[in-house]
Amino acid sequence: MITIKNLHASVDGKEILRGINLEVKAGEIHAIMGPNGSGKSTLSSVLAGKEEYEVTEGEVLFNGKNLLEMPAEDRAREGLFLAFQYPVEIPGVSNVNFLKTAVNEIRTYKGLEAMAPKDFLALVKDKQKLVELDGKLANRSVNEGFSGGEKKRNEIFQMAVLDPCLAILDETDSGLDIDALKIVANGVNTLKDGKKAFLVITHYQRLLDYIVPDFVHILYQGKIVKSGGKELAMELEAKGYDEIKKQFEKESA
Amino acid sequence: MIAEKSHTAQHIIEQISAKASKVNFINDSDLTKALMYLENIGIPTNKDENYKYCNMDALFKKEFKNLDQKLIEIKNVAEYKLEDAINLVVLNGHYSESLSDKVILQGLHLTAFSDLDTSGKKLISSLVNVESDGFIALNTVFSGNGFHLQVQKGTVLHMPIHILYISSSESEALINTRNLIEIQDNAEAQIIEQQIIIGKGKVFTNYLSEKMIGANAKLNSCLFQNEGSFGYSVNTSQVQVQRDGHYDNTTITLGGQVVRNNHNVALVGQNSQAHLNGLFSSKSNQLVDNHTLMDHQVPHCESNELYKGIINDKSTGVFNGKIYVRKDAQKTNAYQSSKNILLSDDATINTKPQLEIYADDVKCSHGTSTGKIDEEAMFYLNARGIGKESARKMLLASFAREVISKIELDSFRDKITALFENEL
Repeated sequence: MITIKNLHASVDGKEILRGINLEVKAGEIHAIMGPNGSGKSTLSSVLAGKEEYEVTEGEVLFNGKNLLEMPAEDRAREGLFLAFQYPVEIPGVSNVNFLKTAVNEIRTYKGLEAMAPKDFLALVKDKQKLVELDGKLANRSVNEGFSGGEKKRNEIFQMAVLDPCLAILDETDSGLDIDALKIVANGVNTLKDGKKAFLVITHYQRLLDYIVPDFVHILYQGKIVKSGGKELAMELEAKGYDEIKKQFEKESA
Repeated sequence: MIAEKSHTAQHIIEQISAKASKVNFINDSDLTKALMYLENIGIPTNKDENYKYCNMDALFKKEFKNLDQKLIEIKNVAEYKLEDAINLVVLNGHYSESLSDKVILQGLHLTAFSDLDTSGKKLISSLVNVESDGFIALNTVFSGNGFHLQVQKGTVLHMPIHILYISSSESEALINTRNLIEIQDNAEAQIIEQQIIIGKGKVFTNYLSEKMIGANAKLNSCLFQNEGSFGYSVNTSQVQVQRDGHYDNTTITLGGQVVRNNHNVALVGQNSQAHLNGLFSSKSNQLVDNHTLMDHQVPHCESNELYKGIINDKSTGVFNGKIYVRKDAQKTNAYQSSKNILLSDDATINTKPQLEIYADDVKCSHGTSTGKIDEEAMFYLNARGIGKESARKMLLASFAREVISKIELDSFRDKITALFENEL
């Protein structure tokens, strides 16, 4: 699905990603964990196409296509979805209109006709239930005045409506209470269909109790320093990031 | 500040005097004062602090040297009329009875200035000081035959009034348009004004409107300015609100090469309020200059101002909002906000809040923000598959909607939304 080879990226001349290699196949769930500042969010932003990051080396193939050459909107249209760590508030743009535009631009890109309003509304209603999102929120401005939990649920709701083949969840769990976390995880688990792939970026092992990963990678100083199964997350939880830091600082020293 | 004497005024007076008929509805004293003012001070230059960004004298010297005044008689205005309103048409400064709808609503009176009796004439020019501004003086001397619109005591108009101002000429022309709107005590009205240009001649329209809002009366108004690249205008609205009165205005500026709005509101009765909203979108080398004056004269009044601009290409926007709280005007609530988006590196916005507060128990605040399109929001939309162009339009439309949504008449609001969004 996605193959990341030797990816280097910097912002304002400072190198943050320093040679990432990762392959995610259809149906797999990969978790990327790492301490603050290890480059987790940079990785998700680079993959989603945020322009302020400069890719200095490496390549990313997404379903065989060169991802890094595409503008952000085409990456989304090709089936990549980023659930934002900090969803943006857009006053004056209603959630529903925003999603309708997104759905139809994606369909146009794929050579499909615009979705009939009736079908779109049915889709929205169905997916709202999935994340227990209040119907009233759909008519409000995008994320405006939403609580932290509502914003995150709105991300998963959008993911459900847009139906991507690869979803990147950028610290979707941070700042959520346990109930909201369960709702979000349940949303993700329901969307698993054996074909979709997930890249779950998180600081805490807690989320992985609810979204069980096939692989766990530890990102540190812009590189994946260790990979393993879900037991790696447990190990990390038990030892903490300090252990990792010590180990790899020594190695790089 | 007194501007330097302008020779342009002389040249305009001479040219206009030859073509326009003398007014007969302004009292002699004001007429004399206005003439003197034009002769001694004239059209403001950019040395006048109020016209710093809008050098009208230079404009007249450059663009309106030869006032041929080859005005066009428009015969059919059906396409500009609003279906669900009483349409009143002012063509080249003169009220046109034949183009207008018949006014047959109870409690609504319309009288052309030339037909006013002595007491009616007394009201004209009662709100403005003819010696305060060159354009007020100019209008006072050369105004076309406008009208006095009166909504009588206790009348609640259920149909909006649509005033359509058409300026139309084949050559360079100067048109002075004037009216007097009187919403008497306990009356309520909704007025929509539209300013358009038909024809290929450059037209400078000097609009002046006096609006009197009586005790416990309400006026909800909207001004849509769409004069295209041939239109130049100064719009003076002089509004007076009596106790418990309520004045709302939303001014949308889409077209016009140079548009200067002087929106002056005097809250003269306790518990009166005024809400001014403005939105403009400027392109190429347009200039849109909004000046507001909110004059709080008495206690317990409230005012709100929200002005937004979308400034593109090499165009310039100006917002100068003066809030004047007089010594007696305790318990005043006055708020002002100016928000602007610059779409190009060559676009300019000059925004200046001006608070003069002489009372000590008041709540006044102002805020101003200027920026580009929000990059974070742009990325968010792109990341959902929405292309750059539609994302840009969505964000600008949402920025504009905060102001456009204040227009009360649904059909007109929809029309303006479509026109505005089409220009983005």
